[in-house]
This record gives sequence, C-alpha cells and structure tokens, in this order.
Amino acid sequence: MSKQRPSRRAFLGLAGAAAASSLHPAARAQTTGEIRDLGDTPSDYGRPSPFEDSKRWSRAPDATASSSNTPLADLEGIVTPSGLHFERHHTGVPAIDPDTHRLTIHGLVDRPLVFTMDDLVRMSSVSRFHFIECSGNSAREWSPAGAPNVQLSHGLASCSEWTGVLLADLLDEVGVKADASWIVAEGADAGLMSRSVPLERALDDVMIAYGQNGEAVRPEQGYPLRLLVPGCEGSISVKWLRRIEVAHMPSMARDETSKYTDLLPDGKARQFTLVMDAKSVITRPSGEQKLDRPGFFEIRGLAWSGRGTISRVEVSTDGGRSWTDAEIEGPRHAKAFTRFRSPWRWDGGRHLLMSRATDDTGYVQPTLAALLEARGRSTIYHNNRIKAWEVRESGEVTNAEA
Amino acid sequence: MPRRSWRPTFALLFVSGVVFAAESERTGLGSEPTAEELGAAGYTVFPDGKGLPAGSGTVSEGRAVYQQFCAACHGKNAEGDEAAALVGGRDSLTSGRPRKTVESYWPYATTLWDYIRRSMPYESPGSLNDDEIYAVVAHLLHLGGVVGEDAVLDQESLPRVEMPNREGFVSDDRPDTD
Ligand code: HEC
Repeated sequence: MSKQRPSRRAFLGLAGAAAASSLHPAARAQTTGEIRDLGDTPSDYGRPSPFEDSKRWSRAPDATASSSNTPLADLEGIVTPSGLHFERHHTGVPAIDPDTHRLTIHGLVDRPLVFTMDDLVRMSSVSRFHFIECSGNSAREWSPAGAPNVQLSHGLASCSEWTGVLLADLLDEVGVKADASWIVAEGADAGLMSRSVPLERALDDVMIAYGQNGEAVRPEQGYPLRLLVPGCEGSISVKWLRRIEVAHMPSMARDETSKYTDLLPDGKARQFTLVMDAKSVITRPSGEQKLDRPGFFEIRGLAWSGRGTISRVEVSTDGGRSWTDAEIEGPRHAKAFTRFRSPWRWDGGRHLLMSRATDDTGYVQPTLAALLEARGRSTIYHNNRIKAWEVRESGEVTNAEA
Repeated sequence: MPRRSWRPTFALLFVSGVVFAAESERTGLGSEPTAEELGAAGYTVFPDGKGLPAGSGTVSEGRAVYQQFCAACHGKNAEGDEAAALVGGRDSLTSGRPRKTVESYWPYATTLWDYIRRSMPYESPGSLNDDEIYAVVAHLLHLGGVVGEDAVLDQESLPRVEMPNREGFVSDDRPDTD
C-alpha cells in the first residue's frame, strides 16, 4: 500500500546543496553512502507492520454460528489486541448504530428505564482488566495429547481493559424490588442471545462495557454495549446488550440448559457452572514452534482465574516430576490474564514443558486425570487441565500426552 | 490522623449543584420507556409461564409448520440433519455417548418456546407468529413422546408439561478436584 508523499527529488535538491556547502570535505566523505528512502506519512488508523501476520483462526469461516481463536503464542504482556480478541457468536455480528441503540431495564423494578449510549457514557465509569474465556475453550484437551498448538488449545480466551458502568449503579437507578433474585440479559443480535445472571453476582462486579482497550468495544465483542460478568464463562457476558429484565427466577434459556451445562457420569448435569477455574498455559515454547539451537530460552505463558488473582505459577520441564516457581511479570489483576516467565537452558534433549497455576483461594490447576476422575468423560466445557508441550531433540515442539 | 469531615464540604458543593452528596444518589439519567418500548421488551419466557403470550397451537398444525420451516435443517422427523437432532436420545445420558436433545435433556418446555421465538428458523428468526410457535412446540414434544397427539399448547398448558429430564440438573458444586 503506497501513500502519496512529497517528491523526494525536490527535498534532496535542497538538502544536498545545504550539506555540500556546510561540511568539511573529509566529514562529507564519511556521510556518503546508501541514500535512504523516506518512510510513510502518518495514517488515520495504524495497522500492525506488514511483516507481522498474527491472525485469529476460525472454526467455520463462512458460518454465522461460529467462533475464532486468539493467537496466544504471538501475544506479549496481558492485553489481547482488540482485533485478535476471540469471537463466539451464534447468529453473526450485527451492525448497530449507537445513536439508535437503547438499553431497557425493566421487570421487578420501581422505575423501568431506557438508556441511550449518551446516558450511559455520562454515568460514573470504571476501567478494569478482565479475561473472557468461552467455557468451551480447550474442549479438544479432553484427549490426552490435546490440540497441536496453543491457538487451538486455549485460544477461546482473551483479556482486555474494559470500560463502562457498574451494573449495580444502573440497578440503583431503576430500584430493584425485594422479590427479585436474577437478571436476564438479552442481546440485539439476530438470535436475541439471552442468559440469566444471579442478582447477587449482578450487584457485585458486573459491568456494562462500552470501551475496550481504550476505544469503543469492537463489533465482534458487542458494539456498542456488552454485559461483562468477570471471571465467568464468556457466553453469559451477553453482547450487543439491549435489555435487562430483573426477575424472580432464571429464564432457563437454551444456553443455560441445553448448552453450557456439564453432564456427569450419573446422568445429572451441573447447571450454572459460571466461574472459570484457575488455568495456565505455556505460550512459548509451544506447539508448532521450533527451537533453533540449544541454549537460553525464556518459558513464557499466561495464567488466569475466575475466582480472583493468580498467586503462583509453577513450571516443569520434566513432565511434572519437578516444579519450580515461575516469576509473575507485570500486573496481577483479579480475573485477568497474568503473565509468567521462567528462564530455561535447553540442553538439546527431549523435554515435557508444563505449567500449573494456583489462585488466591488456594485452588490448584488440576491434571486431566483429576478432571476425568471427578467428572467422567461426557463433559465438554470447563477444561482447565495442565497442558504439556513436548520439545523434541530436533527442536520441534508438539502437543504431548503428559 | 484526625478523621476529616467530608460531609459539610459535600453539602456545600451539592447546594451549588456541582457534586452529588452521597454515592447512593441517583443520577436521574435514562428515561421512562414508552408502552411501545416496554411491549417490544417483553421477550423472556420463564419456566412458570411468565412472559408467554396469548394464542395456542396443536400437534397437527405444528407438523405443517415444522415441515415448512424446520425440516430442511433438522430432518424430516427432527432426527437431525445439517442442524441438531431435536428428539431421541432418552436413556443415553449415562451411556458414555450421550445424545442431548430437547426430548432427552431439556428440563423445561418453556425454554423451547423462548428459544424458537428468539432464534428459529435460523435464517429468519422472528418470522413465526405466536400460534405457529405454540404449534411447532406441540409437534416437537409429540415427536419426543412428551405430549399426546391431541395436545393443545397455550400459556396455561405449556408450563405444566413435564419434561423427561426435569430432575436432571444439579447446582454447581465445584471445586471438584484437589
Ligand atoms: C437454516 C437451517 C435451520 C432451520 C431452517 C431451522 N434451524 Fe433450528 N437450528 C439451526 C442451527 C444452525 C442451530 C444451532 C444454532 C446455534 O449454534 O446457536 C439450531 C438450533 C435449534 C434448536 C436448539 C437445539 C439444541 O439442542 O440446543 C432448536 C430447538 C431448533 N433449532 C428448532 C428449530 C425449529 C422449531 C425450526 C423451525 C421453526 C428450526 N429450528 C429451523 C438451523 C436451523
């Protein structure tokens, strides 16, 4: 993509004359050499370097009931660039004009109210770092070896700085009646996606977000307005939010009965398994990368917990026989990605790399065996097993049976 | 450190209209919805029937609706095709190869009504009227052996339908690993 810029010839003519007259001949000899091109002019919205090709990976690129995964191996720090935030939507991404968008709050309230985007932006705002993880993330990890790279194995999780209004403040405006116990949220997508949230939770840290990483929430993430239930399975953070009904019971929506419930061996299914348990994964070195030669590497990865902050991450390079504490790098926010790193000298041999997170409730990330023991083989969601990567003598990194 | 007294300051500011005196003070933002706006908002159907509109539908009416608007994706007899099976799978939940369908898994019939009104037919959600939704729900529940051939569903009878897996759900008791 070439941009219009001033004629280089014109600039060179002027600059060359000035240089020739003001410099000593010896100094001038040192400055001649390759003549450099001027770079691009400023742009209205910056893009990554053309040499970078980080991309989401889409499960069914042509479908509207689809999802796409974040390339976690490419990321640094704890923030997911908005354009790489994972997607999951059931009926496509709607295009919504914020000027006509409304949020209606009604039901068991003293004063039903309709809010414009302007109303919401005028209210007291909060900005918080939170991960969102689809509870179907890592569904391929129920088999011992799991997915071959971290985008496929863990890429239905991302982390942003979200800005918006606390739902508690909005519920204050409408006045919740004493017999209310749930709220039911509804999106403005074609399928009117809907989920119920316990009122207790709604009054805690739930946000109505219009900002993401310093700009408006992206369309794929619910522009112009989304619910954000920190630490909980992504599907409850209803996007394109248009309505909240304060209610006396959950609506038992399709996506909290048919889907997003966890079938156990006795035929009973756990319901409203909202919280995402502590989890971590090594993003570097990870599957499909190649270590070029033995020597120093920094093992890096991400950890998060829906119950609070990450208090510890351990790393093993011998398949879990021994563990060492990794360092937490950068901020440690509650219910947010937390970056860990651990120095490692690769000796050129075969190694199994693993990470294990502990959160501030004392919960320790489990093995696949422990999850299967507790839940049997019929659950789909909430797989937070310890993931192993195998470093081969060739330097190739693959998924591994731990 | 002596406790600073904020109140007088706030009271002063509030009088001059600059700042709210207390956090619990409402902003007064937002406006009262019109009757029309509230009507359009009334979409959620609850297990006790709250939110269900007037209207009704029979199994045989529903068969026609289903063949015209649903069969292409879910199969002639809702056995599944491009889109999921909606019936069958009873007693499969403990088999290790569970087949979760409306018949075998869904705890409430009202959920089916709520979901179809929101989201189906997939490519033109919102295109069925309330009678057609009652009817297609009746047809699907009949195919699943949940209601009889002569069932008529409306806002009274639908919430009373006993789904086979009504008692199949338990609350979240995690953490379950140690
Ligand atoms: C164009 C294809 C198509 C048509 C026509 C269609 N559906 Fe669907 N249906 C789907 C898809 C795709 C899904 C899954 C949507 C998702 O992923 O959220 C679905 C999901 C469902 C589900 C939820 C299944 C479950 O197990 O959670 C029900 C119930 C359903 N459809 C009923 C109907 C009815 C009733 C009609 C006719 C009025 C209909 N569908 C017409 C494609 C279709």
